Formats: sequence, structure tokens, C-alpha cells
Amino acid sequence: MNWIEPIIKILLAFAGLIGGAALMVYLERKISAYMQNRIGPNRVGPRGWLQPIADVVKLVMKEDIVPTAANRFVHDMAPIISISIALSTFAVIPFGNTIELFGRTIKLMIADVNIGMLYILALTSVGVYGITLAGWSSNNKYSLLGGLRSSAQLISYELSMGLSVIGVIMVAGTLRLDQVVLHQTHYLDGWLPAWNIILQPVGFITFLIASFAETNRLPFDLPEAEPELVGGYHTEYTGMKFGLFFLSEYANMITSSALITTLFLGGWHIPFAENLGLSPVLLSLLQVGAFLTKVFVICVFFIAVRWTIPRFRYDQLMKLGWKVMLPLAIANILVTGIVLLFVS
Amino acid sequence: MGNMGTNGKIIRKSDLGFLEKIYIPEILKGMTLTIGQMFKPKFTIQYPEKRFTRPESFRGRPVLVEENGVERCVACGLCSRVCPALAIDVQASETELEKERYPIKFEINMVRCIFCGFCEEVCPEEAIVMSNEYELAFSSQQEALFGKEKLLMSAEKLHDRLEFLRNHR
Repeated sequence: MNWIEPIIKILLAFAGLIGGAALMVYLERKISAYMQNRIGPNRVGPRGWLQPIADVVKLVMKEDIVPTAANRFVHDMAPIISISIALSTFAVIPFGNTIELFGRTIKLMIADVNIGMLYILALTSVGVYGITLAGWSSNNKYSLLGGLRSSAQLISYELSMGLSVIGVIMVAGTLRLDQVVLHQTHYLDGWLPAWNIILQPVGFITFLIASFAETNRLPFDLPEAEPELVGGYHTEYTGMKFGLFFLSEYANMITSSALITTLFLGGWHIPFAENLGLSPVLLSLLQVGAFLTKVFVICVFFIAVRWTIPRFRYDQLMKLGWKVMLPLAIANILVTGIVLLFVS
Repeated sequence: MGNMGTNGKIIRKSDLGFLEKIYIPEILKGMTLTIGQMFKPKFTIQYPEKRFTRPESFRGRPVLVEENGVERCVACGLCSRVCPALAIDVQASETELEKERYPIKFEINMVRCIFCGFCEEVCPEEAIVMSNEYELAFSSQQEALFGKEKLLMSAEKLHDRLEFLRNHR
């Protein structure tokens, strides 16, 4: 019977990610429309809610074109790598505290691995392969440029991302993400929740900026950069293969938001809710709701940023990554170390 | 070089203050602007259900003015001559009416028409005017050839446009 529990959790997380990605596509279009004083999709279903489903149906029906000179095998593999990495990163993120159901204590995360944070950093690095291989296998100069830019960008920003996480890990003293969240549930001075955004503000900002770069979203969407690179790495992709890249971008966005929530915004923690005397099951469900709300807010922030800030130039991107973000992240580690030394 | 500010002054990189150089306050400023726009009224018109109100100066498809059941046109052919897209084809014939001449054939190729309104300007009889109709979709070239039966429109319907022409020409 032990295998049923993880399967249910996997199905829930899978459905949540895919459904969430669909919701994000809808929200992206709606929010961009509202920011530009338009209405956005409103024809398919009530207020256009079914638009993502219509989009997917259209993409599935489309002809799948592979360029003649492309490397067929790699061309097919690239979107699969992208989407599988995007979906599997979520496995170690705790979306709630433990919950007691049917006499069992269930931990609300799929895989409780003791190197959770390393697992995520490793997988996001593998995720670059999807984009880079897509760019290389298409046999198209724009695709290749997009793929190259993507690898350069991800290598540059992964450094500052990893270094900004070290601050959090030093504070929490563990790589387990559920422990990182548990560490954030106490209070400073008895009233200020000890979320890492308060303990690690610089780390939060560097991590946030790096995750924008990691998800290839504006202002760092140089791998796509439609005005100069046509469509970047997915120029030569059609139909559902393009759809998979699209889906993985949004799934990555949700995973990044979930990671930001877990590391810096207290995960599933609702400040002072444990003092209200609610039944444990209700409290656990509320905490899952709190986690989802936080993720949702960060996702909307991602979208709002996309429609506000213009794209960086390539040299500006590299300058920001190496000359600003990296020293800032290292300085953050130093300061955190010194403070921890004095506190303990 | 350098970028132009909104007031036309050149802003150089060295002119930027510390807060402007660290991006973040400026980004937040930009985001308050874009998020503020979300709650402004929208410009979209729900097209098939609602139409925009066309002013009299709107140049829609050209039509022939019909008065007392017959067109005003005397088939002088000026519109055909002035048409830069060569879209108008007129053939004249005699009639018992006072105007003596009428177009036995008047055809506008709506694929060619560029809605410039020269025909309307040049017409000595105010017989061809631009209407306010703009929905023109064809499934074949043949369908786009508008003969007299499609071009005729009663003077009452075109009252606003004729009024406008009288006041502004």
C-alpha cells in the first residue's frame, strides 16, 4: 500500500503544474491585455477561461514540420527534455506541512530527499540542454544563436542563484527543503515571522533576478528575443513540440515561484495561524492554500514584470550577471557568515 | 549619443543618480504605472456585436447616389479617368430623362479600390460618394466586381455624407 501515496501525490502535483501552466497562459494574455487597455481573450468559454484548451487543441492538430537538414532525433528529444525537467523539479518542493488522513501521517511533498536544494540546482542545469539542443539540432542560425545565448545566460546566472541560496542554507543549516520551511515558522521578537525574505533580503533579490534569467522570461528572454532572433531556439518548432516548450516555460515559472516561496516567503507558513486552535487537518489544508496563494502572487509578479520592463542588451545581461549579481551574492554569504558567527 | 528623456533632454549614463543606477526603484515605478493601467477603461469594441460610430468624414465603400429610383450619374467618365487604381468601369448610353445620358454599365472592382475618394471629389453631379460601409469580404475575384445593383444607395441613406460634402468642399 505504500506505493499508492506517492502516486497520488505525483498525480496531484502533475495535474496542478499542467493546470497551473494553462492558468498562467490565460493570465499572461489577460494581464498583458489589461495593461495595454485591451480586453484579451473573451470568446472561448465564460470570460475566455477555456482559451488555453482551445490553444492546445489547435497545437495538437497542427502539422509537425522538421527541417530537412535538422538532426531528427535530437530535434524530437529537446522539447521532451525541457518539459520533463520542468515537471520533475517540483518533486522536492513541500507544498504543505504533514497532514493526518485515514490514520496516516502524510508529508505533503513528493520526494523527501536530504539534498533537495542540490537536486533542484542540478536539474535546472540539465534543463539548459533542452533549449541548447533545440537550437543546435534545428540547423538554423537564429535557433543556434538562441541556444548559445541560453547556455551562456544560464551558466552566468546559475552561479549567483546557487550562491544566493547558500545564505538561506547557512541560516537553516540544512539542504532539506521541508526543514528550510520549518526553520521559517518561528518568530523574531515574538511578532515578526522569521521568513528568509527578512533574514536574507539581498539573497532574496539576487535569487529573484536569477530566477527570471533561469526561466528565460523578460527582461532576460534573450534566447527567444523575437525582434532579432525570429523566435530563438523554437524558431523551427511547430505544433505540440512548440507547445511543450511553451508549457515548460510556464511550468518553470511556477516551479521558480514555488522555490522562491519555499526559500524566502515561509513556504506554507501562515503567520500566527497555529495559535488559532484550528483542527490539524483544516490547518494543513489552509497551509496548502497559503502556499498556493503565495506561488500565485509571485507568478503574477513574473507576468507583470514581463509587460513592464524592456529586454536587456546582451552585454548588459552579462555585465549584470558577472559584475553585479555575483559579487553581491558572495558579499551576502560573507555577511551572513559573520552575523551567524556572532549570534551563535 | 545617449537616450532622449521624455522632455527632449539628452540623458547620459553619468547623469543617473544612485537610485536610478540600481534599477530596482525605477522598476517599481514602472510597475506601478503598468499595474495602474490595468484599472483604466478599455478601448476595445466587441466587434461583431458592436460597431464604432463612423463620423461623416469616414470614407467607406464608394456608392452611386439614387434619387427618385434612378441614379444621379450622367456617365461623364471623370471618376473612371481620375481613379488611380483603375477600378471604375463606366459605359454611357442615352435616356429619355432630362439628364439625357446614363451609365448602362457602372462597375467598381472592389479588390482594386483604394478608398481614396478621388471619384467623389471629381464628380460634378455628386453622384458617386463614399458611404460609411466598410465590411467588404469576398470569396472570389468575381464577387468583388460591384455592378450597378450593388452600388446604388438612396440619397436619404447618404444624407449625412452629402451634407458633409456640401459644407466642406
